[in-house]
Amino acid sequence: MASRFESVPVVREALGKVDYLADEGIAGVVYLADRLGKPVLVEGPAGTGKTQLAKSVADILGARLIRLQCYEGLDEAKALYEWNYKKQLLRIQAERNSKESGQSWDEMSDDIFSNEFLMTRPLLEAIRADDPVVLLIDEVDRVEIETEALLLEILSDYQVSIPELGTITAKQIPLVFLTSNNTRELSEALKRRCLFLHIDYPDIDRERQIVLTKVPDISEHLADQVARIVRTIRNLELKKAPSVSETLDWANTLVLLGVQNITEAEAVDTLHILLKYQTDIAKAAKELTSTPSKFQKTS
Amino acid sequence: MTVIDDGPAPAGLGQPILELLNGFVIELRNAGIPVSLTENLDAMLAVKHIPLEDREAFKYALAATMVKNQSHWKAFETVFEIYFSIRGSEYDLKNQGDNAEGDDQENQDEGDGEGEGEGEGPGSGGGGGRQMTPEELAQMLYNALMTGDQGLMRMVAKVSVRRFAGMEPGRPVGGTYYLYRTLRNLDLDGVMAKLMEQASEQVGGEMTPLEQRLANDEYESRVEQLRKEIEAEIRRRLVADRGVEAMAKTLRKPLPEDVDFMHASREEMVKLRRAIYPLTRKLAVRLQRKRLHGRRGALDFRNTVRHSLSYGGVPAEPKFRRPRPKKPEIMIVADISGSVAAFARFTLHLVYAISGQFSKVRAFVFIDGLDEVTKFFEGTEDIVEAVHRVNTEADVVWVDGHSDYGHAFEVFWERYGKEITPRTTVLILGDARNNYHSSQSWIIKEIRSKARSVFWLNPEPRSYWDTGDSIVGEYGQYCNGTFECRNLRQLEGFVDNLA
Repeated sequence: MASRFESVPVVREALGKVDYLADEGIAGVVYLADRLGKPVLVEGPAGTGKTQLAKSVADILGARLIRLQCYEGLDEAKALYEWNYKKQLLRIQAERNSKESGQSWDEMSDDIFSNEFLMTRPLLEAIRADDPVVLLIDEVDRVEIETEALLLEILSDYQVSIPELGTITAKQIPLVFLTSNNTRELSEALKRRCLFLHIDYPDIDRERQIVLTKVPDISEHLADQVARIVRTIRNLELKKAPSVSETLDWANTLVLLGVQNITEAEAVDTLHILLKYQTDIAKAAKELTSTPSKFQKTS
Repeated sequence: MTVIDDGPAPAGLGQPILELLNGFVIELRNAGIPVSLTENLDAMLAVKHIPLEDREAFKYALAATMVKNQSHWKAFETVFEIYFSIRGSEYDLKNQGDNAEGDDQENQDEGDGEGEGEGEGPGSGGGGGRQMTPEELAQMLYNALMTGDQGLMRMVAKVSVRRFAGMEPGRPVGGTYYLYRTLRNLDLDGVMAKLMEQASEQVGGEMTPLEQRLANDEYESRVEQLRKEIEAEIRRRLVADRGVEAMAKTLRKPLPEDVDFMHASREEMVKLRRAIYPLTRKLAVRLQRKRLHGRRGALDFRNTVRHSLSYGGVPAEPKFRRPRPKKPEIMIVADISGSVAAFARFTLHLVYAISGQFSKVRAFVFIDGLDEVTKFFEGTEDIVEAVHRVNTEADVVWVDGHSDYGHAFEVFWERYGKEITPRTTVLILGDARNNYHSSQSWIIKEIRSKARSVFWLNPEPRSYWDTGDSIVGEYGQYCNGTFECRNLRQLEGFVDNLA
């Protein structure tokens, strides 16, 4: 298998080109995933760019992104493959109608359980693809623990066993990303097969960079202020800390409002974009407009 | 897969590295991080692809392959810093004289410091000479924090540790002691104040509260960074002095879910509070699913017969009633006297966070008097705030503010006893250290006969039970169960089974 990336810095640079600012850890894990041929389990708070990472990697590789959105009740037929039984029925009927059929049942069953009647679902599709693909298994923590087992064969051996057809092995090892919001503990078996990557809220420099890259027409000064205020807010004990996407929404709003320099009034007025709970908004507003206790003591 | 062969001719790992990695994995396991054999092998493969001189990349490669849970990251980092600490003779406590200019001076300083005992001020250390004066050091510290320059910070950390920590080879003192000695001499609060003044001058006059807040947070994060540098510096020296294994052992800390409620430090408390939020969310999701899918209802006879018609009267497809499990009603009676307050706080927090899983939750707190605190939790979404109010506003002291379980139970029975129904589950939280008051355990017996069940959660290790003034055994005989609940893991397990 040819490696896709030269080195860690190359990954980082390439991701930067498609406007995904990766830190050392993210780039390193993507690089390793390629070299070791292992899936990556990406975990972290909502809105920190877990799904975006998979998309961006697909983007830089020029690969097709195949996405499997997980939900409660996901089953084999929707994740792996399904027999197109309507077509199979038609086939049998067509056989019966054309009188000159000398086909025995065995031949017939061989016929109807062939590729033609197989409907591929995302996982099988990723395995059978000839062109380069990136497989994204989104929110894997939403499926029941029993369904997880479906994924194991694919993740460790990159193959799917179909009883009627045999085992289908991948022609090329696709890059696989699994994302999880950590609403439940994933099984040991699954974790063991993956590289683990935790994407947390970015530090202040990276956040500033992200704002500068993603928000058109924003001034350096405003981006800096946005990043600093967001950091202060994240340090509070809140029900839901602002995510990166919310930071970007906020920065966009400020630009649209023509704000050059954020004052308290503006910050408090637009807080509802950053925070989604009334109690959080009240708390943050109070914290941002009151003098820090440390300063009062010393001045 | 032929990844190993096709890799770009990785430099073969030397024996020393492999041995180090082995020790590293053993230490990770000792610290409570489960590293399986395959993960260990993966790590070995991974580091082959990483240039060994790139320390950060090396660290992430190990983390990605061996640490599969974010809450274990901190523990991993500590072990990593110890095992792969930057080494060199300059960190050796014994050879301090051999390198870096002016070390003679330094050694003497340290001798002085010892002679004068604990009371030395910043002045007594670097008494002139070619070495940096205290003023210069203070200036450097100020500059480092002002600019946030990493290199400068590292330098400050290095100089100040050498000067103030007074480290000696072979001295059996923990890193925190040295950290304390170093920080005490740096007067960080003073520097903070100066920085803030400087910041307000830059703005020209009055800063708005928002600006103050932001500047304050900025400097605080830099001070934190400096603190970390100092810690790292001390750790490097300790590792050089005592060797890797010994240090790893002394620095080993329990994972957040294993931290003992009763002996948590303030820092650990903060971590616990952070850990509890995702935990409650996880628990709520899990309980919700269990409620929806878990139990099967009783056989629905009518429905089965009706469906049997399509099978010619054979009841081939049994139908069940939809499960409608009753949500339990909870009464929490918690001791919030000093020794067990933290435990009560966490339990209240956890139970209220998943209160949707119960039909009703009522909370009572006591020390030697008892007060109902349900109202603090009602109509507020902020559990942290509510718990805080419980601690400050509840009227729980009757005579002297020492735990008196007997009296508290009497009050509870008198005032609320008749509200206990067969659907109520009563949770009693406390260490049952009754200060030799009368136990009134008949009340528990009475409660038991009225309630669905009575559970006692004790934050003390089981081996301490019934020693001294602890009478948990006497109460326990009337409970449906007594549980040791010393850390988040045990608490989570209990709550999971409760709902």
